[in-house]
Order: sequence, then structure tokens, then C-alpha cells
Amino acid sequence: MANEVLLEVENLKKHFKVNQGWIASLMQSVSGDGPDYVHAVDGVSFELRKGETLGLAGESGCGKTTTGMSLVKLHDPTAGDIVYNDKKLSEANDAEIAEFRQNAQMIFQDPFESLNPRMTVYDTVAEPLRIHDIRNETARVQRALEFAELLPAEQYFDQYPHELSGGQRQRVAIARALVLDPDFIVADEPVSMLDVSLRAGVLSLLDRMTDEFGLSVVYISHDLSLLRHMCDRLAIMYMGKIVEKGPTDQIIENPQHPYTQALINAVPVPDPDVGRERVELRGEVGDVVEIPSGCRFKSRCPDYIGDVCDQVVPPLEQKTDAGVDQDIACHLYESAEGYDPYAELASMRDGDAAATDSGDDASAPADD
Amino acid sequence: MSLLEVEDLEVYYETEDGPAQAVDGVSFELEEGENLGIVGESGCGKTTLAKSIIGILPDAGYVNGGEIRFKGDDLTDMTGAQRRRLKWEEISMVAQSAMNSLDPVYTIREQIVEAIETHRPGTGRTESTEIVTEMFELVGLDPDRADDYPHQFSGGMRQRAMIAMALALEPSLILADEPTTALDVIMQDQILKRMGKIQDEVNSSMLVITHDVSVVAETCDRVLVMYAGKVAEEGPVEEIFGQPYHPYTIGLKRAFPNIRKPTQDLLSIAGYPPELVDPPTGCRFAERCPMATDRCREEEPEAHQMNGLRSYCHYAEDIDTELRPYADNPETWSQTAAARKAETGNVGGD
Repeated sequence: MANEVLLEVENLKKHFKVNQGWIASLMQSVSGDGPDYVHAVDGVSFELRKGETLGLAGESGCGKTTTGMSLVKLHDPTAGDIVYNDKKLSEANDAEIAEFRQNAQMIFQDPFESLNPRMTVYDTVAEPLRIHDIRNETARVQRALEFAELLPAEQYFDQYPHELSGGQRQRVAIARALVLDPDFIVADEPVSMLDVSLRAGVLSLLDRMTDEFGLSVVYISHDLSLLRHMCDRLAIMYMGKIVEKGPTDQIIENPQHPYTQALINAVPVPDPDVGRERVELRGEVGDVVEIPSGCRFKSRCPDYIGDVCDQVVPPLEQKTDAGVDQDIACHLYESAEGYDPYAELASMRDGDAAATDSGDDASAPADD
Repeated sequence: MSLLEVEDLEVYYETEDGPAQAVDGVSFELEEGENLGIVGESGCGKTTLAKSIIGILPDAGYVNGGEIRFKGDDLTDMTGAQRRRLKWEEISMVAQSAMNSLDPVYTIREQIVEAIETHRPGTGRTESTEIVTEMFELVGLDPDRADDYPHQFSGGMRQRAMIAMALALEPSLILADEPTTALDVIMQDQILKRMGKIQDEVNSSMLVITHDVSVVAETCDRVLVMYAGKVAEEGPVEEIFGQPYHPYTIGLKRAFPNIRKPTQDLLSIAGYPPELVDPPTGCRFAERCPMATDRCREEEPEAHQMNGLRSYCHYAEDIDTELRPYADNPETWSQTAAARKAETGNVGGD
């Protein structure tokens, strides 16, 4: 049961147009250039298994939140697809989409902004039931609030968000997400806005949610200590792509991708006796409008090995010297699937030499 | 003489219900070149403490008593003009949100140059340009970007620009209020490392105010744990995080997941800090403390010197001998008065 796939994300892409104003589009129509795009999510594939917790980690702007929002269909993907119940969402009919929406819920970062200040706790939690026309409203709202440890539930019914503390608000958001009995929940930095002493309580509630409801959860966070505590598997994202994924303990204790290593080494440890190796990354996250060729991490990579990194996009795949189940997108390791980046590099050079007249087209190499 | 001596400081805020005692009898000393971390949850008074030291308390706030001696002079006695002269030149502050601390209509260079010229009239353009270049290099920014406006910088760059500005006049004391909270791990790591390096170079002291125990563990020499306007515990980092003698510190430390210790259960401190307008008698942490007795609720704890640190807990000595495993167990913490109150359902109120 643990390995049954609930949701499969296939080469998901989400690009946002920049310069959408009418002057910009006028200029573009005059100059003949196409619009620019922010490649927020640029070809990620992973599966979410039943009952598992998957963590999406990375720096600000790596596309983790956009991925999460696409998972619950708050964004329509630019390309790629999500397969749920053996059905591609792009081909699903209205009824199937409605069913998907019932089963896909999201908890947002900021409980001060994600709750409508003019709705009572009861209405907030009951709203999804009304939208999906589900009966037995009061009993379900009560059960959800009780699960979220807002006790006794009746006392909270008529309260407004401003009467509640941050932790209580986030519990209301959790109750609202759970009231429809979803299959999975996307939690985007669920505790980062909460005070330290409240965090542990909300985290243990989220833990119970997976244990007792058998829910699958996708945690989005840049806090690797938190993800290690909460998740079965981790996917590390960089500039819209997954650079490494696998079982949490394996990733944290034995990271292979230079970016993952840097990310883990950057996490401070609340124990002054434990020293850590600190690798300083140069620069900042690159430009997601003009995507560089080859590996996106190349300009900051401490292990850069030359042309192959510069030209060939490393695929996310099994490597011979890493553990099973751990996928890495880096040329430092030998592919276990028989892929040879140097052959691709050579053929790209041949291609360049042969087709000098269409040389400009090489700007977007081998993305798919 | 220490660089900074805070003695019995009381900072109150005027509210409709009477004064809120945001900082209530806090004392500590900071030596030259030393880093002191101040940790605690929101509302414990840590930012108020910093604001009263640099002198930017909001209108409703006032120092009700005690002394802040900086290089021997009592800051609370000074006039506005005298204090303004110290600002940036001797005491500077890196605020939490660099977004709001930089003026959007001036370039970064103009803002740093303004601070330099205000405090050192007669500084020539060439000289202040040199200072800007030097400071930008120190914090790892490209000096050519100094003529950019704040909106052209990313969050991490703005935070570093703030640090450059705070360092420009080589102050002897830097107050860093949650300097990296808004940033993600890699940027946080870079900035913390830079700040450490800079400190070695200019030998300034730093007060690091944060809720993040791990940031303090890595950057500071000593820690002051605050709870509800009072000191809970104070001492060297190794002692406070290695063997704390106050139940609040023990709880706070266990409330954070540690990337190196995956299996450890997190501990949740039920309840909220007390009202500061009418604080409870006795120990302010009593309601949320698993070890609280009637004595805690009635009698305010004195400082206990334990193993190089001072703990404001009646039972610090018992923690040393027998109570530690009890306080270090998450199960125990579900037995506090606040936890029982949450269980039986006391809505919203506090």
C-alpha cells in the first residue's frame, strides 16, 4: 500500500509571461520579438504515493510554491500533466475536475491572510462543503475542528479570525483543508509564520493528520530541519527543476548533488558543540527568464567540470554510485541508465558545425 | 568596564489599560568584541530592549527605570541630540526587514554617504566613496551596484546593504534584530559568515536578537533567554544549549527540529506568555511550566548561579541533580496548567 501511486506529475512546466502591459505588447508587436517568460517550474516529474509525506525544498524562487499550487490546480500548467486516478487532468471532464478539487487541498503559509476576516470559523470551515454540496455540515465541521484540537468546537463556531491567535488560525486552516476528507494536502511553509512555541504543536497535528487519515502530504519549505522531521521523501529544487530526490534520511545524510550538499551544509545546528563544514556558494540564484544552457547550477557549482556542465542539461536519473531510489541530476556521477552526456555533447558539437545556418536555434538545448 | 552595561532596565508601553511592562528588570553586560544572543518568543521584549539601547522607542514607550551604560555613560540620561550623535557612529542597528529600512527613492550609495557625512562633516566625496566600496566588498556585494536603487536588489542583497550601512562608521556596537529571518538558508549562511568575518576585522560587539536558537548557537558567545519581559537564563552558549538550568530554555531548545537528530520528538510549550499590563505574581513562566509549584506562583525567582550561568528558576539546583530528565521529556509538557486549560477548552481569551 505504501508504494501505491496517488498522483503522478509528468514533466510539469509553468511559465509566466513577463511584461504583460499593453505598452510592452505593443513594443513586442512592433519589434517582432516574442514575450519573455519566467520559467518558474520547468519540467519536474515525481510521484506522490499513498500515505506518504513528500518534501519540496529549495531557495526562494526555485519554483517550489508554483509546483505546489499546480498540484492542487491553482495554476494550469504550461506543459506537462498531472495524472490522478489513472486520468490525465488535462483530459478530465468537469465532474472529474470537481472530484479532483475535493481531494486536493492546500494549507497556506500565512494564516493571517489565508482566512477571510469577515467569515466566522464555522463558515470558513463549512464553505468547502457548501461548494461541493456535501451534507451533514455541522457534524463534519465539528469533527474537523475537533481533529484540529480546537476544543470544544462549538465555542469556536462564531469566532472571527481576529479573535484567534496565529496558531489557532492555522488550525482553522487545517480544519478547512480536512473537512472534505481529501486524498492529499499541499502545505506551503505551514509553520514559518508561527511563533516558536506554537510550531511544535501544529507540526504534531500535521503528523497526526498523515497517521490517522492516511493522507498524502506535500510539504513545501526551505527549512530542511523541519522537512527532515516531517517527510518520508525529499525533492530538492533549483531554478524550476528537481536536482535530487529520494528518501529523506538518504538525502540528508548522504547528499550527492553539489547543490543539495551546499543547502544541507547551510542549515545552522542548535548545538554549539557540533561543527559543520561550510561551503560558501558563490552568487545568487540565476536568471529564470533567460535560462542558461546546460546545468542551471553551473555558475555557482563548486564541482564544475567544464563543457559538459556548460552545454548538456543533466537529466534526473539513477546513478551507479548512489543508493537505489535516489535520483540525481548531475554529470559528476555515472548514469545507471546508460545515458552518456559526453556523447550528447559531441553530437551537439557536430550538429553545430554541420548546421551553421541555423546556429541561432541552439539557444534552447534539449529541454525535453 | 564593559562596553555595555544594562542594569535593572524597565521599559514600559503606555496602553489604554495601563502601562505594559515590556522589559522588566533586565540586567546584563556586554564586553568588547563579544556577541550576545537574545532569544525568546514574540512579545518577550527582546526588540524593545534593542530599541531602548539605540534610542528609537515608539512614542508610547518609555524607560521607567534602570540604566543603560555605554562606555560608562548612561544613555537614559542623554538628550536627543547627544544620542543621535552616537547612532550609527557608535551604535548601529540592522533591522529585521531591510525592505522597509532603506529609502526607496535614493540609491544605496546616497544613503550610506548621507550617514557618513552627517556624522563626520567634512568627509570628502572621494573618501566616502572609498568607504562605500570597502563596505560593499566586505559584505560581498559588487561595489558597482552601489548606485542602484533598493528595488533593484534582491532581499538578500538589501539585507547585506543594510549591514554595509550599519558598518560604514565602524561602530563599537551592532544591534542585529532578526538579521536573517526573512532570508532562506543559503543567504542566511552567507550573511552570518560575513558578519563573523567583519566582526573580527573591526572588533565590534554585537547583540543578536532572534527567535532562532540555532542562529544564536552558531554566532554568539553568550545567550540571554528572555521570557515575558524578564531574564529567564543567561550564560555562555555552550552551557545554555548544552545544559540549561531553566525549564523554558529546555523547552525552547526542544521545540526546534535539529537536522542532525531526526528522531527526536518535538516538544510543544502549551499556552501563551502572560499579559504584560498585569503580569502574574511569582514566576511568569509558571502557568506553562511542567515543574511549577505553589511557590512558583507566589514568589518571584531569584538568580541562581549554576555552572557558569544564571538561571531564574526556584528549582535550578534540583534540575542539576534530578529534575533534568523530567523537564527534557515532551510527555511532561502536556501536564502543564496551560496544556490542561487548552484541553478543557478555554477559547481565544488570552
